[in-house]
Amino acid sequence: MFSVVSDLSRWAVPVVLLLVPLIAMFRGVNVFEKFVEGAEDGFSTAVKTIPFLVAMLVAISIFRASGALDMVVGIFAPVLNMVGFPAEVLPHAIMRPLSGGASLGIATDIIKTHGPDSFIGRLVSTMQGSSDTTFYVLTLYFGSVGISRYRYSIISGLSADFTTLIASVYVAHKLFGPV
Amino acid sequence: MVNYIWLGMIVIGVLVAAINGHVEVVTKAALEGAQVAVQTAIDLIAIITLWLGIMKLAEAAGLVRALARMVQPITRFLFPSVPKDHPAMGAIVMNLSANILGLGNASTPMGLIAMQELQKLNRGDPKEATDAMCTFLALNTSCITLIPTTIIGIRLIYGSADPTEIVGTTIFATAAGMTVAVCMDRLLRYLYYRGR
Repeated sequence: MFSVVSDLSRWAVPVVLLLVPLIAMFRGVNVFEKFVEGAEDGFSTAVKTIPFLVAMLVAISIFRASGALDMVVGIFAPVLNMVGFPAEVLPHAIMRPLSGGASLGIATDIIKTHGPDSFIGRLVSTMQGSSDTTFYVLTLYFGSVGISRYRYSIISGLSADFTTLIASVYVAHKLFGPV
Repeated sequence: MVNYIWLGMIVIGVLVAAINGHVEVVTKAALEGAQVAVQTAIDLIAIITLWLGIMKLAEAAGLVRALARMVQPITRFLFPSVPKDHPAMGAIVMNLSANILGLGNASTPMGLIAMQELQKLNRGDPKEATDAMCTFLALNTSCITLIPTTIIGIRLIYGSADPTEIVGTTIFATAAGMTVAVCMDRLLRYLYYRGR
């Protein structure tokens, strides 16, 4: 099952890059011209996201570097430990929706310290693999079209992240636990 | 909401740094954050330009439309406000497929195209998210990834006996998150319109 899916991942991009221009050609599309026409907006689309990304990443960076993140972890860790949630993975849970790079760094550190096949290592792997950087995605996607009022999407995104977190802890206990 | 979170992170960050007696880290952290942001956007230019070109070809060849038609029963239910044959549908489907396959660098440009198409359908305030955008992002951020390649790679590096054993647990957790995302999106939309 895994090899099939990973082959699919490996082949997907090359196949798309081959088939799309080929089929377009057969359908009488002026392929080179059309490609350039579409690609024209690449620069402006990327540049448009800069102010939104700067705003978000500056705030995240300050929050993390100041020690505020560690403080939050210190407050909540004892309570969480009691319900079977290892305190070691709390920084990861907090950083995951905010920054892909930072959360991956934390996950790597935990795996290095505790070992990939430990309960904590497996749990943090599941957490890293199953969730996305909600804030980054919202900032980038909305920013690219100039939207600054997100309505309720932060709440739906974060409640999904929270569910994923609970589900990760639950399934890790079921399959890999008890600690 | 985003206002409070954003301001909260800055205010708490500066205060904590001041209390800890090293307020100068704020300056450095702020500049570093800005630098990472600009670097990310610059890195995106190449990949977005490439996929925008390919997408245009796929659209001209009628491929996007064909793909969108195939999954129409699902997308009609999720995005009632997007017209049947609108290019937004095709871009959304392409983005989610790339997400599921774990092709992060292809999925982002597709997602940005989808946002541009959805923005064309925005009949209200151009600075405010539409229903379809909220649904799309709820799906996008909670989307199932069949193979979380990065974390498997890290497990491999640190000598895991079975690096892929977390694939099953990942799919379970992500499926739970996606279900909640779709339900919350519907519920919050209902409350949003009722509250107005």
